[in-house]
Amino acid sequence: MRTLWNKYRYLIFRRATQLSLLLLYFGANAWGWTILMGNLSSSLFLETIPLSDPYAALQMVAAGAVLATDIMVGALIITMFYLLIGGRAFCSWACPVNLVTDAAAILRRKLGIDGISKRQPASRNTRYWVLVLSLIISLMMGVTAFEFISPISMLHRGIVFGLGFGWAAMLIIFLFDLFVLKNGWCGYVCPLGGFYSLVGKVSLIRVHHTMENCTSCMKCKTVCPEQQVLHMIAKESIDVLSGECTNCARCIEVCDDDALSFSIRKLVKNKKSGE
Amino acid sequence: MHLQATPNKMENRAVSDRRKFILKMARSAGIAALGGFVWSAYVDEVTASQLLLRPPGAIKEEDFLKTCIKCGLCVEACPYNTLLLAKPGDNKPMGTPYFIPRDIPCYMCPDIPCVPICPSGALDEASVTTNGVLDIKVAEMGLAVIDDENCIAFWGIQCDACYRACPILGEAISVEYKKNERTGKHAFLTPVVHANACTGCGLCEKACVTEKAAIFVLPREVAMGRVGDHYIKGWDKKDEKRLEKASEIKSTTEISKDSAVDSLNSGSGDLY
Repeated sequence: MRTLWNKYRYLIFRRATQLSLLLLYFGANAWGWTILMGNLSSSLFLETIPLSDPYAALQMVAAGAVLATDIMVGALIITMFYLLIGGRAFCSWACPVNLVTDAAAILRRKLGIDGISKRQPASRNTRYWVLVLSLIISLMMGVTAFEFISPISMLHRGIVFGLGFGWAAMLIIFLFDLFVLKNGWCGYVCPLGGFYSLVGKVSLIRVHHTMENCTSCMKCKTVCPEQQVLHMIAKESIDVLSGECTNCARCIEVCDDDALSFSIRKLVKNKKSGE
Repeated sequence: MHLQATPNKMENRAVSDRRKFILKMARSAGIAALGGFVWSAYVDEVTASQLLLRPPGAIKEEDFLKTCIKCGLCVEACPYNTLLLAKPGDNKPMGTPYFIPRDIPCYMCPDIPCVPICPSGALDEASVTTNGVLDIKVAEMGLAVIDDENCIAFWGIQCDACYRACPILGEAISVEYKKNERTGKHAFLTPVVHANACTGCGLCEKACVTEKAAIFVLPREVAMGRVGDHYIKGWDKKDEKRLEKASEIKSTTEISKDSAVDSLNSGSGDLY
């Protein structure tokens, strides 16, 4: 039991966070709760504090909208949180699409699809291209381009306000991740993930690798949705510094050798010891 | 010969690396262009829908689409569940709020809860405020339009359902009396909508007794024409104000080469 908890504690926390966010939003619409109203695009916490999606705000600016104070303050709060503390934690701790893509990843491993198609015929940088493209389309068409097609919004908005055909989008993402590209949506395409990868570059909470404990079993790399960030495994004792790490902590849980742990980024680097 | 071959090889590889890079960039740009094309075509399609009724205080549709962050706070604030967020498959700009008056109209709450809660300014409090107080009667959600072919009051059957349902009774909808020439002894009591008072709440559309409502709300942009600067109510000082910002428009056609008098006198060439 103890080991089971150790193997899944962060996963349980993450699922609890994701689901309680959705429950709070749902409750606000269905039963008039006032803890967290709105949805992940923009919400009102305790009827006073605005929280807004900074990427949506960025598209609004590109589209030529005048940002209202609430949106600006809300986007700033969220940006500062992920910039200073959480890193790209939105993707694995808040985003509901993570539930869908994680399910696809598990099934993909169980079916052994990774073993059959090892090559990933796409670039992780695609998301940054999509990010730039979304801003260009916003600029040219005067609308928030990604917000009109975002499967993320479709899902969280759908759960709170009615899904419509949104389930089809979820099915497509699930099948895409399962058969076409491993971690395809979150790891290659999603511009919101790209946005938070850039925001999360300097945040304080980091996964730390202790090489001395590592037995090179590579369980962490198998489970990691952004394998490229774990390039230091069995090579160096350093923090995972890439902004593309979602701080999902699955690597920490699956490690049997205590070689991975959460740490606070060391702000002053000691060059000699490499820490 | 052998000595020369080595630098040649080096040069080939250098060119090849550069080529690879250029090809990679071109390929990415090509995919981006293709994606952008599909993406913008879709966005163009969904934003083209003009027949949406927005919540009170909504800014101009064009600005609304770029300003609304699609959070649904207005939907949650509405006590009558009037407002909906466009879902995938609705063929409307996704996630934006709208209402269907035949299902649930806007009941015109005096405190307009849907507007002050809007974080983005897409619902503009100032546009539904008179003298510093929220005033739902100045809202312009749409305009009720009557299809007099299918309105039974125009047939001579007495019905004033829309008139009675109107929350600004007598101002937004009035009833007009006219002699029914067909019977010679009855009157038509027909409804007339007044655009200056109608808010587009849709209570009339909800109340209409015909199978498909014969009075219905359209967005004002769709339902109304525009006179432009060529005509003016000379007897109305307020109407003259419209022309204060009017500017001269010069159009150039084939005959504007010559002065007006010359081209009329010349007699040659067609004027049209």
